Amino acid sequence: MRISKAWIVAVRDIKIFSRKRYVWYTLVLFPVLISVLFPVVIQYASDRTGAALIPRIPMLLDAFSIFLIIGAAFVPVSIATYTIVGEKVEKSLEPLLATPLTDGEILLGKTLSAFIPTLIAMSIGGIVYMAGMNIVTYPMLDYYYFPNWNIAAILLILMPAAIVMSVEFSVIVSSRVNDVRSAMNLGIVMFFPFLAIYIASEIGLITLDSYTYLLIAGGIFVVDVALFFLSTKLFKREEILTKWK
Amino acid sequence: MIEIESLTKKFDDLTAVDNLTLNVNEGEVFGFLGPNGAGKTTTVRMLCCLISKTSGNARISGYEIGNKEDSLKIRKLIGLVPDNVGLSENLSAYDNLDFFGKIYDLPDVQRKESIQRFLEMLDLWDKRNTPVGTFSKGMKQKLAIARALIHDPQVLFMDEPTANLDPEAAKTVRNFILELKKEKKTIFLNTHNLDEAQRICDRIAILNTKLLSTGTPEDLERAVKGRRTVIELEQVTDATAEAVQKLSPTNLTIEGNKIMFDTSDTEKPNWTVVEAIVLAGGHVNSVNVAGSTLEDVYLKMVEENK
Repeated sequence: MRISKAWIVAVRDIKIFSRKRYVWYTLVLFPVLISVLFPVVIQYASDRTGAALIPRIPMLLDAFSIFLIIGAAFVPVSIATYTIVGEKVEKSLEPLLATPLTDGEILLGKTLSAFIPTLIAMSIGGIVYMAGMNIVTYPMLDYYYFPNWNIAAILLILMPAAIVMSVEFSVIVSSRVNDVRSAMNLGIVMFFPFLAIYIASEIGLITLDSYTYLLIAGGIFVVDVALFFLSTKLFKREEILTKWK
Repeated sequence: MIEIESLTKKFDDLTAVDNLTLNVNEGEVFGFLGPNGAGKTTTVRMLCCLISKTSGNARISGYEIGNKEDSLKIRKLIGLVPDNVGLSENLSAYDNLDFFGKIYDLPDVQRKESIQRFLEMLDLWDKRNTPVGTFSKGMKQKLAIARALIHDPQVLFMDEPTANLDPEAAKTVRNFILELKKEKKTIFLNTHNLDEAQRICDRIAILNTKLLSTGTPEDLERAVKGRRTVIELEQVTDATAEAVQKLSPTNLTIEGNKIMFDTSDTEKPNWTVVEAIVLAGGHVNSVNVAGSTLEDVYLKMVEENK
């Protein structure tokens, strides 16, 4: 596996989809929504309820932080499906497969092209989110809630793992559909497990502490490994040329 | 350069290529003819190490297809122009070629020179920064050929390079292939276009899952009987008919003002017969050789194999 070759593929793919407006919307919109909307919600709630909100703030901030993982799972779907289904539609995979690149190098290149922009966008979103929340909650809490171990786990472990999961799932979806929109619609399935975690925390089924985050991270890694084997099995020259729809 | 021995590809119960054996020499333009579903693209894909073989062997420059290490070496030696051009439509012509140049490890200076040389050769240099999505089919096809040649491959595989092109664009592509022929590139050309095959190829193979025949276009024409000389006179008189009958040409028939017989030499009609007619006082309007062109050969072989 030559990383330099995968990098050539990644750079080309980033160049291609950076000219797609909807990819930019996805990359910018979700991080902006998380980093601006939630601090505004907390500020609004504080203005309405006053001191009654203070004991609930840590729980709310932890719950809202889940949206960083949801974003990490959601954003790369549009990129990953485009880089694979888009090439299927343009039929540009065959000449690429006829080069001395290995299947793994092509797949890694495509994974990197979705992983890197998403990680950058969501990390910036996460930092702005932490800053915004600190500004809004400091007058109530009298201390800066972020950074803490929970958000560190989210930004450094859960978010990258969720991006990998989403990209691998997108590869699998891309091998079975023929247009970008269908691939994206199916890829949105990635959104639901994390939404379920958020709802579970909101209704008190789970507590979002370090132990829970470790469990979630463990779960994502297991899914990552399973999807990795499945996606590498599907992303083979012969499969692509003879069995992909 | 390309040696194929009993190469077979099966997809479940379907045999796409059956026991194919042939050789392609270095510097040769080799035409691969066959109807849709004959196994032409499957053969090219096997030779380009894109899909596996079911059985048999094939070597390109001594490297074995199906061997994992050799596969990477083969893919460095070859260039592929697939039946769909497969260009990145959002990228410019320059960026499309630059990407492939980088994949083949061309040093910066050589890569830039090659890109400029091919784009100029194919009249695309002025459009180098234009997204490929705005190009005509002919321009895209030319760019796809340039992409396959960017690393100066030893063998070029072309799958229907002039299909779906207008006559002018097809002619440009054909002329470019003829230029490559002058450079002694080994070219494996899949085509439906018999006229193109006849004009460009040194040798031709006709495939319909199985190899039906192989040889030069002239060899193939000779292989099928039925090529006839047709001499049209102002009038067939008793004297001219008698003069021709004396020579006993094969399958002689006289219909109206036409004298017809089998041609032994596909290149030229039987001038002895023409001379005899003239000496007998006949006035010859025209002399033609009809039937058993490469098209006839192709259709006959494919029909017989159904």
